[in-house]
Amino acid sequence: MTTTHTLSVLVEDKPGVLARISGLFSRRGYNIQSLAVGPTEEEGISRMTICVTVDDFPLEQVTKQLNKLVHVIKIVELEPSSSVQRELVMMKVRADAHVRSQVLEVTQMFRAKVVDVSPEAVTVEATGTEDKLEALRRMLEPYGIREIVQSGMVALSRGPRSIAAHHR
Amino acid sequence: MTHARPTTAPGTPGPAANGAARRPAPRTGVPTEQQDTVLQTPVAPDAPRPTRVDPEPATGAQSLVRALEAVGCDVVFGIPGGAILPAYDPLFDSQLVRHILVRHEQGAGHAATGYAQATGRVGVCIATSGPGATNLVTPLADAMLDSVPLVAITGQVGRKLIGTDAFQEADICGITMPITKHNMLVTDPADIPRAIAEAFHIAATGRPGPVLVDLPKDVLQAQTTFSWPVETRLPGYRPTTRPHSKQIREAARLIGEARRPVLYVGGGVIKAEASTELLDLADETGAPVVTTLMARGAFPDGHRQNLGMPGMHGTVAAVAAMQKADLLIALGARFDDRVTGDLSTFAQGAKIIHADIDPAEIGKNRPADVPIVGDAREVVTELTAALRSSAVDRDTRHEQLRGWWEQLEIWRQTFPLGYDDPADGTLSPEYVIERIGAIAGPDAVYAAGVGQHQMWAAQFIAYEKPRTWLNSGGAGTMGYGVPAAMGAKVGCPDTTVWCIDGDGCFQMTNQELATCAIEGIPIKVAVINNGNLGMVRQWQTLFYDERYSNTELGTHKHRVPDFVLLAQALGCEGLRCESKDDVDRVINQAMAITDRPVVIDFAVGADAQVWPMVAAGTGNDQIMAARDIRPLFDDPEAVQAEEVSRADRPVDGEEPVR
Repeated sequence: MTTTHTLSVLVEDKPGVLARISGLFSRRGYNIQSLAVGPTEEEGISRMTICVTVDDFPLEQVTKQLNKLVHVIKIVELEPSSSVQRELVMMKVRADAHVRSQVLEVTQMFRAKVVDVSPEAVTVEATGTEDKLEALRRMLEPYGIREIVQSGMVALSRGPRSIAAHHR
Repeated sequence: MTHARPTTAPGTPGPAANGAARRPAPRTGVPTEQQDTVLQTPVAPDAPRPTRVDPEPATGAQSLVRALEAVGCDVVFGIPGGAILPAYDPLFDSQLVRHILVRHEQGAGHAATGYAQATGRVGVCIATSGPGATNLVTPLADAMLDSVPLVAITGQVGRKLIGTDAFQEADICGITMPITKHNMLVTDPADIPRAIAEAFHIAATGRPGPVLVDLPKDVLQAQTTFSWPVETRLPGYRPTTRPHSKQIREAARLIGEARRPVLYVGGGVIKAEASTELLDLADETGAPVVTTLMARGAFPDGHRQNLGMPGMHGTVAAVAAMQKADLLIALGARFDDRVTGDLSTFAQGAKIIHADIDPAEIGKNRPADVPIVGDAREVVTELTAALRSSAVDRDTRHEQLRGWWEQLEIWRQTFPLGYDDPADGTLSPEYVIERIGAIAGPDAVYAAGVGQHQMWAAQFIAYEKPRTWLNSGGAGTMGYGVPAAMGAKVGCPDTTVWCIDGDGCFQMTNQELATCAIEGIPIKVAVINNGNLGMVRQWQTLFYDERYSNTELGTHKHRVPDFVLLAQALGCEGLRCESKDDVDRVINQAMAITDRPVVIDFAVGADAQVWPMVAAGTGNDQIMAARDIRPLFDDPEAVQAEEVSRADRPVDGEEPVR
């Protein structure tokens, strides 16, 4: 059975660290569904959120192999139930004067925002879980989606603890 | 300021600046009684090394050489070229670091590996940018798979040129990412000492492996400061060496319960210098020991408990013991496919204690019942201590294994390693290798190429000590032998070093014999010349209807090349042996030559095969002691052994037959 896991990975912000990690995934035959990377509260440390699809057994292999990379400092698996997981999407939807109000209504229902408008189209920005964004896309599809751009998932554990704190 | 390095002002020729004076003349004269050590260049590797240096001005290149001196490096193998050239200038002055000019960068890499495997120290190789660096790819991959501590230093084009497809530019960090333990491009000259310190630390600690340091030319040329020691910054690198005591207790409990245990010993035991401790553990458990291809010598072959090598060409006793075991105690071994055969039928009745310093190896191929992360020596020591203080005492444990040993002895005696002299009257390659081992003895170091001769050298030479058997196990790199033997000889100048090579392997890297001749590195090379790519030919015989597609090399039929003439051309003594009666005489002749390298062309039969064999993709139960003889399946005597095995298996709490 294949499942998707969310790994939060603290890495040293060194040249090539992304290549090392993505290379490891492809070389060992693990499938990355999404990957997001950005700075953290600590200078020189970046945080990657990697969604990986694996059979139950080899997830341990994934984390063990990742841990062997010298620039990888810490890896935590974030369970959906005990973490907040978000993605961001921007969709350019065909919306002339006839349907614009309907598109705006859908946008409001999803607590999404219009970030650009032109006579023929609006650009909708939304954040949320994968399911919510998928539902928004289905609702907007009938009007005609001209373009979609979507970020990788980012996630944080719930509660007061920090990934870095309980590491050191 | 402590300053042990010879104080030569930059730019002034130092006392050792005349390189020619430091090197011995080519050794092409007649044999003499000279000792090997005489041929070492008169650098001063034992001179005190700087332990503390306050910041002082240096170029990046000087900083590199001084860092190598400070970190304890005494020899580097390499070839200069454009981008690395700045480093070669201060290297010329170093009294502490000997540079050995090789003939191909692949030779530098394997020589560094041979040096590291024979001595336990970090091997170092140097190459220039672009093709120089890419020629290191094979030895780096080789060292990665065999966990060899190696540091490769490569030149890179200047920082401004990186990414422009400049002359001799190659993204060597990108290229070697999957085949190094770590690599780094140094872009600030001030970082050079720290990069070198980190590279040596990473290479030598935890699970050892190759580390590459890429140095742009302008970084080497820049003015900076050198100071020592340096603070390493490796927050993500913390290898676990101390095993968890709970896991040790659990392992000891399983060992106490086992009736058919096997100590499955891998190369990690040699890397952790755990051989002495292993003798104690073997004695305490009473269990049979199998030593993998990478662990030959980790446990003495002469020891009663040693069943030999497991795996594709292992002994029937070792393979059968693992297949029928109820407990495998894996120490620094990784359940490689060449050991396990088809995983689903491998040692089905066995529980697994898996101790390794690399947590990623545990459970990778075979789930472990008791995983232990730690250094093999610490694991073995603590396991022995735990057994000594456990409820079951040593004698009881030995008594529990009596039935197991009866069965093991049946396998061992019914299917010993052996060979027949070829029916066509040609020289037997196994005999040649066996005689080399007998004459050179257990104190010599043996490096092999890859193929039939490698397997025979693993089978028919008795290894009594660790670090006396060097080979390319994981990568199976043909051409490893000659340069690895060269590196081993440089590291152990007082030891006899033999390279057991094949005619195919030998033709890949024999140019390093010129290095050996010029640099005074008197290795001995036995070319087991069967005129063919022998192992491939064996598979063609067995699995491809004897259709010998592209395996004949012509070294017999056409005598091209003539290895005796080739040896002479490379500054070596060249000998030939074509008959059984001559074997001892020629080996002894080679043993008597200690002032220059020797090559012996042993013209052997082409049809000898490596047995036993587990065919690729099949299970270990199908091991063939010889062609079409499968002792665990259909040989009458083995069936008898099999029955003993069944009777010995405890069923539902029943006591095993003793």
